[in-house]
Amino acid sequence: MGWILLELQVMNSPFNQEQVDLLNRLLPTLNTTQRIWLSGYIAALPETAAGPTTASAVATPVETSPTTTETVSFSKDVTILFGSQTGNSNGLAKKMSKKLEEQGFQITLSSMGDFKPNQLKKVENLLIVVSTQGEGDPPDNAIPFFEFVHSKRAPQLEHARFAVLGLGDTSYEFFCQTGKDFDKRLAELGAERLVPRVDCDVDFEEPATAWMNDVLAALTQSATASASPAMTDQPAVSSTVESEYTRTNPFQAEVLENLNLNGRGSSRETRHIELSLEGSHLEYQPGDSLGVYPQNHPQLVNDIISAMSWNSDDIVTISKHGDQASLHEALLHHYEITTVTKPIVQQLAELSSSDELKALVAPGREQDLRAYISGIDLLDLIQDHSFAGVSAQEFTSVLRKIPARLYSIASSPQAFPEEVHVTVRAVRYEARGRERYGVCSVHLAERLEAGDTLPVYIQHNDNFRLPENPETPIIMIGPGTGVAPFRAFVGEREETGASGKSWLFYGDQHFATDFLYQTEWQRWLKDGVLTRMDVAFSRDTADKVYVQHRMLERSKELFEWLQEGAAIYVCGDEKQMANDVHLTLEQIIAQEGQLSPEEATEYLTRMQQEKRYQRDVY
Amino acid sequence: MGNLEKEKPYPPHDRAHSDVEDIKRNSNYLRGSLEETLKDPITGSIPEDDNRLMKHHGSYMQDDRDLRTERNKQKLEPAYQFMLRVRASGGVVTPEQWLMMDSISHKYGNDTIRLTTRQSFQLHGVLKWNLKNTIREVNESLLSTLAACGDVNRNVMCNPNPYQSDVHAQVYEWACKVSDHLDPKTRAYHEIWLDEEKIIDSNDVEPEPIYGAVYLPRKFKIGIAVPPSNDVDVFSQDLGFIAVVENDVLLGFNVSVGGGMGMTHGDDKTYPQVSKVIGFCTPEQMIDVAEKTVTIQRDYGDRAVRKHARFKYTIDDRGLQWFVDELHERLGWQLQSARPFHFDHNGDRYGWVKGSNGRSHLTLFIQNGRIMDDGDYQLMTGLREIAKIHDGDFRLTANQNLIIGNVSNRKKKKIEELIERHQLTAGAHYSALRRNSMACVSLPTCGMAMAEAERYLPELIDKIEPILEEAGLRDEDIVIRMTGCPNGCARPALAEISFIGKAPGKYNMYLGGSFTGHRLNKLYKENIGEEEILNSLRPMVNQYAKERIAGEHFGDFVIRAGYVAEVLDGMQFHA
Repeated sequence: MGWILLELQVMNSPFNQEQVDLLNRLLPTLNTTQRIWLSGYIAALPETAAGPTTASAVATPVETSPTTTETVSFSKDVTILFGSQTGNSNGLAKKMSKKLEEQGFQITLSSMGDFKPNQLKKVENLLIVVSTQGEGDPPDNAIPFFEFVHSKRAPQLEHARFAVLGLGDTSYEFFCQTGKDFDKRLAELGAERLVPRVDCDVDFEEPATAWMNDVLAALTQSATASASPAMTDQPAVSSTVESEYTRTNPFQAEVLENLNLNGRGSSRETRHIELSLEGSHLEYQPGDSLGVYPQNHPQLVNDIISAMSWNSDDIVTISKHGDQASLHEALLHHYEITTVTKPIVQQLAELSSSDELKALVAPGREQDLRAYISGIDLLDLIQDHSFAGVSAQEFTSVLRKIPARLYSIASSPQAFPEEVHVTVRAVRYEARGRERYGVCSVHLAERLEAGDTLPVYIQHNDNFRLPENPETPIIMIGPGTGVAPFRAFVGEREETGASGKSWLFYGDQHFATDFLYQTEWQRWLKDGVLTRMDVAFSRDTADKVYVQHRMLERSKELFEWLQEGAAIYVCGDEKQMANDVHLTLEQIIAQEGQLSPEEATEYLTRMQQEKRYQRDVY
Repeated sequence: MGNLEKEKPYPPHDRAHSDVEDIKRNSNYLRGSLEETLKDPITGSIPEDDNRLMKHHGSYMQDDRDLRTERNKQKLEPAYQFMLRVRASGGVVTPEQWLMMDSISHKYGNDTIRLTTRQSFQLHGVLKWNLKNTIREVNESLLSTLAACGDVNRNVMCNPNPYQSDVHAQVYEWACKVSDHLDPKTRAYHEIWLDEEKIIDSNDVEPEPIYGAVYLPRKFKIGIAVPPSNDVDVFSQDLGFIAVVENDVLLGFNVSVGGGMGMTHGDDKTYPQVSKVIGFCTPEQMIDVAEKTVTIQRDYGDRAVRKHARFKYTIDDRGLQWFVDELHERLGWQLQSARPFHFDHNGDRYGWVKGSNGRSHLTLFIQNGRIMDDGDYQLMTGLREIAKIHDGDFRLTANQNLIIGNVSNRKKKKIEELIERHQLTAGAHYSALRRNSMACVSLPTCGMAMAEAERYLPELIDKIEPILEEAGLRDEDIVIRMTGCPNGCARPALAEISFIGKAPGKYNMYLGGSFTGHRLNKLYKENIGEEEILNSLRPMVNQYAKERIAGEHFGDFVIRAGYVAEVLDGMQFHA
């Protein structure tokens, strides 16, 4: 147990068919000790110096500097630092850690937020797994470490080696920028690059696995391989049943309830969806997110097929393993068709007969290209440029897999065992004369009924957790659907009988129609589970009032709560709300604590480090 | 008199009080915790205790019952909203006041105005956060909501008599005086709604010299009729005044006591009642009579059982003579003998008339009192345009209709043009049945409604009209009324045909009220739906067409023909 063997194939390994057959017969019979012995034995063979592994086709190629094959002896101490916003980097770092531990490495695994910068100079092998936010920024809790590394105080790292795995989304301009920054900076500080950096798109599993294997190979090769005798008594199998369902193997959850939380007359539509996790063994905590794989809008699929004069029933190959599906099925379930990224448009330009498009992807036109692809979908691209004669197979093999959408979980697992609830606002708008839909939200709003199933997985998020101490007061700021995780928080605190005070700031457009979960908050207030609640409805009065205005009105009490040790949680829109709330917090701390602006900023930074200021923003 | 004091049977205030009595007593003259609960931002409602007090300020909390189940499922509280009743003695307002009502109905209400059966305005759909501004604007235009509901004297009704305009002016003046005299005197209203300074009550002075700290046991209603019109349904009032006029001079009023509509389904101890005439007073004596009558009800009304607390039960339980004696004792003088009077009808007379002052008056038919724009029928807009140029007044009638009063000759042509342009109507093209119809608000806003009324009666009349037409009775005046519950806002117990809601789509059907409003009707069939209503009416109407005596009204005919028994006193209503 413990490792799930990937069945070797000619396609996914460097072996020929005969070797594959032999290995497939041998490998499953090995116990842990045998495996470790074998890997050490093979690693020690002089002929097996593995060449640099290239990232899978989906990942962006990265300029490489040759890995050294110096025979310097390095220790087996490896430090893995992750910077994670939604938990993906965290998950990958844990996976890497486990992989290396199995091979006898001693691992220090830490989030960048928890890592003491003065320890950096002692690190010998440094692995960085980091995602990129919005405008190329590091995740919230990675910012102090990022700034330290880029500052003059950063130590020289000539004796260290490193590798960087970046996570990002090619539909953003500054794709994997934080990973790139770390990669560049660590090299500048004199550290040696173990393996080339890999930049992962939303579909990160394959390139990340490849990167891990490369890192493992590079570390194993250079480590003084003494077949690690210390590893004979491997830890026993964990007692809890681990779920087999993951991001790559989602659980088909049955829909128990799907209703609109907005009253009649609202301009909003917010779905409350209850899903059954029965039989999945999936477990989650308040603060975690639910990954949901949506279907594309059937209308858009049909429009693309007819615009290209393809046939819905044509069979296309949809994976490297040769899985097949009808074109309709493939566009509906497998491929992302509502976002056009730079790599995709570059590859499609080669198929197109449009000179204009070819010119647009040429070097020097990056600005124009970015402007063009912003907000368009595949149908726009097809309508703007000729793809006459391009087959469905040629076309679709360029596309990205449809990514899962993450929603902050709105239920407490204590209050709703074997269920998970999410709060999803339907996104609809018009652009270029055509109605546009949020892929997942409108799927959930329009084409999902009780009894249907939905592919889901749990995305753990250790950066958004209730305080360990049940007496710690909490302040929750969550306008709109940002209130979702706080329904989980308050529900959890009710179930566990936590005695800490709690205070919720909520807002939306109209009191009468947009007060999400109103009767539940009212009950919690009445029962004393929720201590205070302040609301801001922006369209009910002449002056638009938002949550930060309510915070300011209550600045004295709010600061008192902070001084009592309260933890602050912010969830919801990043660009406007979270930023305004942050500035307001600084203002309140400066004003009520009689501090300078710099001191107030420091106060908040300290809260962040103490995990007393956590955000789940999007 | 000491003897009499001892013989007063079981003074009710020795018995356990109903919870509402405690709420009033502990409210510090209607303040309660209203100021705080109005500010609570988490709910659009106020607690029930405060809602009880709120009524005295002229407003009830309601919710849109059409949405109740749906919103409950959506984890939203009911669509709480407030009905705001704006009172004007005798229903007379200026064009400026009309424009203010129109404006606030759009700004804070549901874009409609409801004219009530007591000559008041109702706004529906006012949100809690807007109440204060709404009430402030009402007061700024010199109208008020104070005491429009609650356990006090309500809006004093008065015949808007467009024919005898000189007499109307005199009667109207007395109506206002009675109303002002009986207004609650608490400062709570001004503090809560108008931000007036809080005055610490001194212990020496009673803030409510007439009502005292617990106010009346129940609501109290006064109406003034000017014969031959009984449009105010004077016999339905707790206290009625019937004007006695000789040669255009107001001599005084016959006084009637103990009427009231409300009852409870299934409780025979509750019943509608008609008031009894007990004597005559001069105009100058009127206020004294009103005040003493109110204080008798204050002291003897039942404070233990609210549904038995109306003045009619106080009188029926103790006897009319007991009341007259008590009144004379408190007045220190005696009423004169009642003068003869005669009523012709209790409905409105539509169209233009010229008053004795030379000015013109136009009575418009307003279906169920609802002022709104509905597709092509731009009633609300038309009235707004008229109000902008009108130099007379508007008068709300007791039958939920509207009089454009005191139109000068100079403006008459212009107003006629506006009437034409907006196709406003005096109802001439409607059947007489529809012109004599009246329904309460009921669903979706009224919390007491058991069945539809305002939204259904027009439709039911659509289906009765062919029956009348077939019988040749399209232009025969027949009074028809419908309420969603037995509390009787549309005074259903006095109609010739009436329906009182029991359950969705089900009504009790009553027959035999008099055309003049002096006789109660009687239960004919219980708990029936539309089909049975129509099947019951068809043979009756046909028989009436064939067998009626000249001048015989439908309500009289059904008694003569034996469909129902005559009810001259409420105590026989259930017999």
